[in-house]
Amino acid sequence: MSATTADVAPRKKLSPRKRSQRVRTAQYVLLGLLVLLAVLFMDGHQIQQVFLRPDMIAKTFSANLPRALMNTVLYTLGAFIFGLVTGTVLALMKLSQVGPYRWLANIYTEFFRGVPAIIVFLAFNLLPIAFPGVHLPWEPYGTVWTALGMVSAAYMSETIRAGILAVPKGQMEAARSLGMPAGMAMQRVVLPQAFRIVIPPLTNELVLLTKDSSLVYVLGLTTSDFELTKFGRDLANANGNLTPLIVAGLCYLVITLPLSYLVRRMEAAQRKAR
Amino acid sequence: MIPSGNREDEIQIYDLHKAFGQLEVLKGITTTIHRGEVVCVIGPSGSGKSTLLRCVNLLELPTKGRIFILNEEITDPDGDVDKLRTKMGMVFQQFNLFPHLTALENCTIAPIRVLGKSKADAEKMALDNLTKVGLGDRGGSYPAQLSGGQQQRVAIARALSMDPELMLFDEPTSALDPELVGDVLSVMRDLANSGMTMMVVTHEMAFAREVADRVIFMDGGVVVEEGHPDDVIGNPKEERTRTFLRRVLDPTHVDAGAEDRAYAERHKVDRFRQPSAGASGDALPPSGDAVR
Repeated sequence: MSATTADVAPRKKLSPRKRSQRVRTAQYVLLGLLVLLAVLFMDGHQIQQVFLRPDMIAKTFSANLPRALMNTVLYTLGAFIFGLVTGTVLALMKLSQVGPYRWLANIYTEFFRGVPAIIVFLAFNLLPIAFPGVHLPWEPYGTVWTALGMVSAAYMSETIRAGILAVPKGQMEAARSLGMPAGMAMQRVVLPQAFRIVIPPLTNELVLLTKDSSLVYVLGLTTSDFELTKFGRDLANANGNLTPLIVAGLCYLVITLPLSYLVRRMEAAQRKAR
Repeated sequence: MIPSGNREDEIQIYDLHKAFGQLEVLKGITTTIHRGEVVCVIGPSGSGKSTLLRCVNLLELPTKGRIFILNEEITDPDGDVDKLRTKMGMVFQQFNLFPHLTALENCTIAPIRVLGKSKADAEKMALDNLTKVGLGDRGGSYPAQLSGGQQQRVAIARALSMDPELMLFDEPTSALDPELVGDVLSVMRDLANSGMTMMVVTHEMAFAREVADRVIFMDGGVVVEEGHPDDVIGNPKEERTRTFLRRVLDPTHVDAGAEDRAYAERHKVDRFRQPSAGASGDALPPSGDAVR
């Protein structure tokens, strides 16, 4: 048998292990070359002058960066809560026995998912003209929460609906067999499990919302209501340097990175409880 | 008279029909289950036995027929189904414990929310029931931390915590590892001995024979044979019952093809070649064709 093998394959072939070793070496060499090129052609000083000037960093912080960060967080959180509540109601409407509820919820979702968020904001800008005498409370927060929340509710309703459907049918049956009315079974048994399932996608939505809050600029706010992006951009324009914008951008990471960490922790805890 | 009005007639089923689309699963079932009686429903898969059980507490809506629980009609469109359901516990094949609640909370949520019991009362009752099923010390565990047999026993405790008049079991041991079946069956036997009215859909013939007061054999959506377990299981009159029991009690000697014709086709040649290794032994008559 071994003689035949030698006859058929006289050429020496690399073993799979050796071949994959060579491929990996080639990948490292390529990566090293790219880094080398970048270092050779990059002018570190020039880059720092454009993007990260130390004096501009100090100036950004003293120009009330915390206030802008705070506003971003407030806008996002309020919109998230608004979206979560509205989204849950929409999700339940989509699963309703009543046809018109399903249609309305679906039309809502298609509309607010399809239309750019910035157009929704522009429309809300004209709200006082369209509905004279109508005022949302806690301006400008009221407008931001409603506009941003209505858009995110469209996305969240789909996520929550999928979460509800992902809870096994037997859970509803067990709850009903214990004499719970349908509404109570939904509230006490199905929804708590559905929300556990959708925590990761909902956090994703929260991260998206954090960034979408930058659209607030179209509302024409006063300085004290600026959120991070508007704050950074105005400062960058005034000083002819991009550093404030970069600092503002990094501030978003201050919000989103702990959020991602938190979700990983919650997912791990959840796996244990399942 | 419908209903009988007799307090001892806990479940009364009259001419029950159920169809899923074109498929007729129940074709007219009439039976009564009395107080304290343990009735085991047996039959091949697809015979409609689980559907029958699920119709009793209206998890499936019958197409036709009437069902009375404690002489109140559960099939009445204007009846209070939720109230009647509190009087009958149900145990599922897949346990269906609430995974986000501890074992104790599983047992207290319905008594608190539905019956309006105080938390302390509900917890005391739940603990009693968990102790009865041998899990008094596991109240703080989540379902995921329990074995299948333990989960099913918690499910029984959960149903008992509503203080029901009767209990429905839908193949309670079919999803369990074989070595865990005994724990659940012994809890069920204790429950039967305590006088609980029980309707049990099961494949555990030994349990049916030992514990049941009456066995109902179903096939094709009708009751084929019913009576004392010594008669129905020990000495069945109907050919269909006999065939079924032979398959269940002695599965290794069932003729290949009795269940699956394609399998029979594949193995026909082998059987001709080695007649001594054929599936049907001498002691048992060939069963494959006798069924049809």
